[in-house]
Amino acid sequence: MRVALFITCFNDTLFPNVGIATTRLLERLGQRVVFPQAQTCCGQMHYNSGYQREALPLVRHFVEVFGRAEAIVAPSASCVGMVRELYPQAAAHSGDPALIAAVAALTPRVYELSEFLVQRLGRTDVGAYYPHRVTYHPTCHSLRVLHVGEAPLQLLRAVKGIDLVELPNARECCGFGGTFAVKNADTSLAMLSDKMRAVLDTGAEMVCAADTSCLMQIGGGLHRQRAGVAPVHLAEILAATERSGA
Amino acid sequence: MEGKPLPLFPQAARVALANTQLRRNMGKATGTIRDKRAAVVGEMPDWADLRAAGSAIKAEVMARLDEYLLQLEAAVQQAGGQVHWAGDATEANRIITDLVRAAGADRVVKVKSLTTDEIGLNAALATAGITAIETDLAELIIQLAGEKSSHILVPAIHKNRSEIRDLFRRTIAGGEDLSDEPRALAAVARRYLRAQFLSAPVAISGANFAIAGTGTICVVESEGNGRMCLTLPPTLITVMGIEKILPTFADLAVFLQLLPRSSTGERMNPYTSLWTGVTPGDGPQTFHLVLLDNGRTNVLADTVGRQTLHCIRCSACLNICPVYARTGGHAYGSVYPGPIGAILTPQLLGVDQAKSLPYASTLCGACYEVCPVAINIPQVLLHLRGQIAAHAGPRDPEAVAMRGLAAIFASPRRYRQAQRWARRGQRLFVRGGWIERLPGLLAGWTIARDLAPIPQQSFRDWWRTRQEEEAP
Repeated sequence: MRVALFITCFNDTLFPNVGIATTRLLERLGQRVVFPQAQTCCGQMHYNSGYQREALPLVRHFVEVFGRAEAIVAPSASCVGMVRELYPQAAAHSGDPALIAAVAALTPRVYELSEFLVQRLGRTDVGAYYPHRVTYHPTCHSLRVLHVGEAPLQLLRAVKGIDLVELPNARECCGFGGTFAVKNADTSLAMLSDKMRAVLDTGAEMVCAADTSCLMQIGGGLHRQRAGVAPVHLAEILAATERSGA
Repeated sequence: MEGKPLPLFPQAARVALANTQLRRNMGKATGTIRDKRAAVVGEMPDWADLRAAGSAIKAEVMARLDEYLLQLEAAVQQAGGQVHWAGDATEANRIITDLVRAAGADRVVKVKSLTTDEIGLNAALATAGITAIETDLAELIIQLAGEKSSHILVPAIHKNRSEIRDLFRRTIAGGEDLSDEPRALAAVARRYLRAQFLSAPVAISGANFAIAGTGTICVVESEGNGRMCLTLPPTLITVMGIEKILPTFADLAVFLQLLPRSSTGERMNPYTSLWTGVTPGDGPQTFHLVLLDNGRTNVLADTVGRQTLHCIRCSACLNICPVYARTGGHAYGSVYPGPIGAILTPQLLGVDQAKSLPYASTLCGACYEVCPVAINIPQVLLHLRGQIAAHAGPRDPEAVAMRGLAAIFASPRRYRQAQRWARRGQRLFVRGGWIERLPGLLAGWTIARDLAPIPQQSFRDWWRTRQEEEAP
């Protein structure tokens, strides 16, 4: 299949390794990855912060860039959530019938990485090797917007060498919430400290998630505490093989 | 409703976050109710259908609220009750005060009612020389402590039992020494309240549901204090928001399953009181129903915000909310705290009065998931944020930043350029390979979080390099 990689501006700029891992993983599984270079940002930050008028040109841009792709895959549940859940609302609000139709045609082809692997490709064992103790934090948007369910855990359980340990109160938000993290910094940190306590209680070396935004929050807090627990994106684990020397 | 703006949530939350006793009380209490709810909802095979039915019934009510209200009025009058219409809090308080005076009373007993809290009834009655006695245990605690409720269902959730023991010793225990055993605390309250129930000439209640077709009012509660208030005093005054209507008696079957499981985590609440007007020789012989708008018709007029009126005040969204569980209810500055408060308060008061509330959420979606009538709270939060951002001034720092970023993201060329500038600009902040301090709008991030610097090569740079290497 020809897979258009929706890298997300966040990963493109701050976490390029996640994009590289996603590319290598998909290619290893026999997919033809293309990267539409005109892509920028899906508009999630603007839309979620109330700047919905400002987000609309970004919605249009995304639809132009990805409109004809067979499958669009992103290593980010929240950005996929923006496209699938909120683009239809944004389009409806614009009142532009052409945009409404284009969005309706596009959204069924947009996948978060674990969804694409498990639901579309029917793969849970992707041949990964990752000899580390890992705990998995299911991000809010993967759980409650995309409803990816067990897909990420099915993928992780099939990884060779991994010691996957359960995270207590896993379904609770890490406190990131986009601009919430700075606007309501104190509350965000109170939520983060409970999440970090849960992560540390597992004795894991790595905390894994499907969103680098949440990992930036959890990882940023752990680094400040010099906790010795590192964030890792799901794609990075799944891309690792015995040959790549994880 | 006009008034002075509520305190800002981030500042108000800071007080609660620093209070270790409150953090512990809140964490423990919300966690307990959360688990109870999950267990009793989980055992219902048709919960999704019930939830859809609840949502559909409420949507139908909102679509034809004008008709249902007139139906209700006629049915209540037919059954011997009197109906009063109140446009706002002031009008409602005036009506109720006049009714109490007409009954010749200077004292009323009250069933727990958020609506009366919303309109500030107790204070209005006090001004008129009328004493209002709260009879729900937690409401009584709050009243005796001179505090405000911090939870829709369990108003004293922020207090533990030793704090309550100390309070009762100072107030209603009549000099008696007290242990902090719940049974002993309840006994003191019971003795005090019993005397009030038997002697008060007027009771004031809210309403959980009102059946348009029959004029029947329904109140659900756990302690039996409601049943006492609704049956003993000769005059009963019920205040309800106009959105509490259900079309038919059969609709109660849906809501009496949804509400107790979602609120207290019980299969059924202990007391469900239903009455239709006045029954000669049985219960109150005078019944007044005060129908309150107080901003609700404005909410109704907003097609996205309207679903907020579906709320049945179960408080499942409070208990599941990771923000509420840490800040408690007072930070929301209103009688409606938590996620539902974050969307209801700004709509009732006007968004200008409560600008920070729609931002008091990470959009984690847990509230929407547990809402028994499927109110899409995140959607309404975004809708309200949109109204706030649209009115941000031209020099508002966030608006300036957002508009600038939108212009950058609109063009792939400007986007790539901005990536390069950011990489160069960050050098000012990187110390020892990490960013530990940021200025301006981002300063909040580095209070207790580090940030990895922007890598030298973006993903698109990597992609292009690879393409070039692969090219013949």
